[in-house]
Amino acid sequence: MKYLHLIWAALFRRKTRTILTLVSIIAAFLLFGMLDAVRTGFDQAGNSANGAERLQTGSRLSFIQTLPQSLEARIAQVPGVKMVTYANWFGGAYQDPHNQVFSFAVEPNYLDLYPEMEVSAAERKAFDNTRTGALVGEKLAERFHWKVGDKIPMQSTIFPNHEGSKNWTFDIVGILHSKDKKSGGFYDQMFLLNWKYFDETTPYNRGQVGWYVTRVTDVNQADRVAKAIDAISANSDHETRTQTEAAATANWMKQLADIGLIVSSIMGAVFFTLLLLSGNTMMQAVRERTSELAVLKTIGFSSQSVLAMVLAESVLLLLLGGVLGLGLAMLMVGGIQAKMGGAIPMAPVDAGIWLHGLLLMIAAGLLVGALPAMRAMRLNIVDALAGR
Amino acid sequence: MFLHSLMLLFSAIALLSTALLALWMLLTRQGRQAMSVTAVGISTLRQRLGMSSVIVIGIAGVVAVLVALLAMGDGYRETLSKTGSADTAIVMRGASASEVMSVLDHDSVTLIPQTAGIAKDAKGQPIASPELVVAANLPMKGGQADDEGSVQLRGVSDQAWAVRPNLKMVEGRKFTPGMRELIVGKGAARQFAGLEPGHEIRLGSQLWTVVGVFSSGDAMDSEVWGDAGVVADTYRRGSSRASVTVKLADPAAFDAFKATLEANPQLKVDVSTTLDYFSKQSEGMSTFLTIIGIVVGSIMAIGAIFGALNCMFAAVAARAREIATLRAIGFRGLPVVVAVMLETMLLALLGGVIGGLLAWLVFNGYSASTLAAGSVGKLSFELRVSAELLWVGLLWALTIGFIGGLFPAVRAARLPVTTALREL
Repeated sequence: MKYLHLIWAALFRRKTRTILTLVSIIAAFLLFGMLDAVRTGFDQAGNSANGAERLQTGSRLSFIQTLPQSLEARIAQVPGVKMVTYANWFGGAYQDPHNQVFSFAVEPNYLDLYPEMEVSAAERKAFDNTRTGALVGEKLAERFHWKVGDKIPMQSTIFPNHEGSKNWTFDIVGILHSKDKKSGGFYDQMFLLNWKYFDETTPYNRGQVGWYVTRVTDVNQADRVAKAIDAISANSDHETRTQTEAAATANWMKQLADIGLIVSSIMGAVFFTLLLLSGNTMMQAVRERTSELAVLKTIGFSSQSVLAMVLAESVLLLLLGGVLGLGLAMLMVGGIQAKMGGAIPMAPVDAGIWLHGLLLMIAAGLLVGALPAMRAMRLNIVDALAGR
Repeated sequence: MFLHSLMLLFSAIALLSTALLALWMLLTRQGRQAMSVTAVGISTLRQRLGMSSVIVIGIAGVVAVLVALLAMGDGYRETLSKTGSADTAIVMRGASASEVMSVLDHDSVTLIPQTAGIAKDAKGQPIASPELVVAANLPMKGGQADDEGSVQLRGVSDQAWAVRPNLKMVEGRKFTPGMRELIVGKGAARQFAGLEPGHEIRLGSQLWTVVGVFSSGDAMDSEVWGDAGVVADTYRRGSSRASVTVKLADPAAFDAFKATLEANPQLKVDVSTTLDYFSKQSEGMSTFLTIIGIVVGSIMAIGAIFGALNCMFAAVAARAREIATLRAIGFRGLPVVVAVMLETMLLALLGGVIGGLLAWLVFNGYSASTLAAGSVGKLSFELRVSAELLWVGLLWALTIGFIGGLFPAVRAARLPVTTALREL
C-alpha cells in the first residue's frame, strides 16, 4: 500500500496512453454491466420467495386452452393448499391493436396471493366495489398518462363484449406498485380487471378460466401439491399441468431467447480484445521504463516487489476503468428501466454484478500484467541500465 | 428507413473518397509523396506487429459482433416477410392482433369463401382455406423431461396446400383427414423432441401420430399441422375457426375484396394480404434486434476507436524521427497525414474483413428461435449474413479506422521537425 503513489505515478507517466486505454476498458465494462443486467434479469424473473410458494395450473394441452371454473373448489380441497385464485387473458390493447398491455381478468382474491403487488386499502376496496374498475401498474400508468379516476377505452384483441364490439370501458381506481423491482418489475406493467365484469360482458368466455394460481402452506410440499392438483383432472378432457411460478417463468424466458449464449459470446469477443489492448499498453509501459525499473532494483527493491508493482499497476488500470464503466452501466440501466419499463427483463446493477465485475477486473489485470511483470522481474540491472 | 439512407450516404462517401484519393495519389506531386510514405509505413508494419494486431483484432471483434447481431434481426425479418404473398389474403375476426386471438364462427367460415374476387380451382370451388390456430405443449429437444415448449398447431383442410404452393412434403406423407395424425415443419422438428415420422406424441390426454415432415422456408416451418376438424375436437373449438386464407383471383383487386367483406353486415372481419400480415408481425422484434445490435456495436466501437488511437499514437511516436527526417528533406505535412490515415484504415479494413468473415463462417445459417409476437409457438429462424451486412460491417470498420487514425496523423504532421529529430 505504501507504494501506491509510486504505482499511480507510473500509471500516469504517459497520460494520453493511459487515458485512451482507460476509455477502452470503460467501454468494455459498460457493456459487461449492461449485458449482465439483462442476463440476471432473465435468470431472476419470477424467482422471488413468493414465487416459490405459488403454483400455476394451466391446461396441459397449451397455455391458450381454458379450464372449467368448477375446478377451483376441488383445488381448494387439496391438502396443503392455502389459497386459490384464477385469472384469464384479456388481451387488452390501448388505442392500437399492436399496443398490447399485460391485462388479466382476475378474481377478487387474486391480490391476496400476490403480496408483492402493493395497492392501498382504499384503492383495493374501490376495485372490489367498482364493476368496471381496473388496477394499473405504475409504469403502465406513466406510459399512457393515466391517473386514478380516468375513464379509459380499451380494446380486447380476444374478447368482444355482448354487443359484439371490441371496445371496453374501464375506470381506473388504483395504481399497483411492485415491491421488489428486481424480480417483479413486470407487475408495474400490469392491468387488472374484475372477473365478474369480464365474464358477464363477453359471450365468448362463459365460466372458462385461463389458469389457476395456488398458494401452498409449505414450500417443501409444493411438488406433492402440484401432483395432487394435476391428479384431479387426469384422463379428463381438460388435463392440467401445475408448476411452481419460478419454474414456469424460467421456462418462458428460456423459450424467449437463449440469453446466456448470446451474452457470453459477445463478452468473449469483448474481453479477448480488451486483454490484447491493455496487455499491449502494459508491455509498452514496461519497455519504456526499463531503465527506471533497473534503478529501482539498484536501490534495493527485490525482484519480487518489482513484479508485484507491475502487476499492481495493471490491476489498478483495470480497476479504474472497470469501476468507472460499471458505474456508467449502473446509471444507464437505471435510465433504460425508467424509460422502457418491463419491456426487457433487466435487473439493476447490484452487488452481485459488481462482485462479478470486480473479480473479472482483477483477473484481467493479473493476466494482462503477467507478461510485462515477468519481464520486469527478470531484468538484469547492468543490461537494462546500459540500454541493451 | 433512416438507417438505410444513412448507410447509402456512407457508402457513397466511402466510394467517392476512395476514387478521389486514388486520382490525387496518381496525378499530383504531393499524392505521389503520400504514396511513398505510406509504402514505407506499411513495409515497417511487421516491426509493430503487436500494436497493429491490436487494431486488427479489436476491429474484427466489433465487426463480428455487430454483423452477427444484425444478422439475427435480418434473419428474423426475412423468415416472416417470406411468409405470405401479395396474392393471398387472410381474413380474421375484427380487431384481432393475430390468428390465435381470432375466432370466426361457423356462419362466417361458410360465408367468407363466397365473396367475389377469390380464385377458383379446377372444379370451380373457391380456393379458401379455413384454419384453426392453437398452441401445443411439447417436450423440447435436449431438455429435461419436464422442459416443455410451445409450438403453434394449425388445423387445416386440403385447401391449405392450394393457398401455399411453396409448401412441400420432404418426408413421409400428408395426414389422413379425420385421423389423429400430424405433419410437422422442419423447424419444429429440429426444436421439439419426437417429431419424426412414425413417432407418437401426446397432446393433452390424446396420442397423435407424426406421419410426415414439410418444408416451406418460412414461418410455417415452425408449425405443426393436423386435420382442422380433429384439432377443433381436441381443443373443444366446435365448428369455429381462427382465420380464412384465400387466394385472390387478381392481386390488384385486393382493395375491392377487402371492401366487399368489410361492408358485409353479416361479418365483422379484418382483411389483409398475408404478406402484410406477416411483415407487420415481424416489425417490433426485428427493429428491437437491430437496435440492440447498434447499441452493443457502438459501445464496442468506442472501445476500439480508443484502442486504435492508442496504437497509432504509439506508432507515430516510434516513427517520429523517420517522419521528421522526411519533413526535413522536403515532404509536406499533407502526405504524412494521408500516409498515417491510410495505414490505420488499411489495418481497419483488414480487421473488418476478418470480423465479417468470422461472423459469416460461424453464424450464417445458424439457427435461433424465439417466441414470436403474434404467434403462440417458438419461431425458428436462421441468421443470415448477407453481402449488405458485410458491407455495413466494413463501413463501420473504416469509420473506426478513420477516427482512430485522424488525430495521430495530425500530430505526426504537426510535430516540430527539430524537436522530433532530437528525440531519441
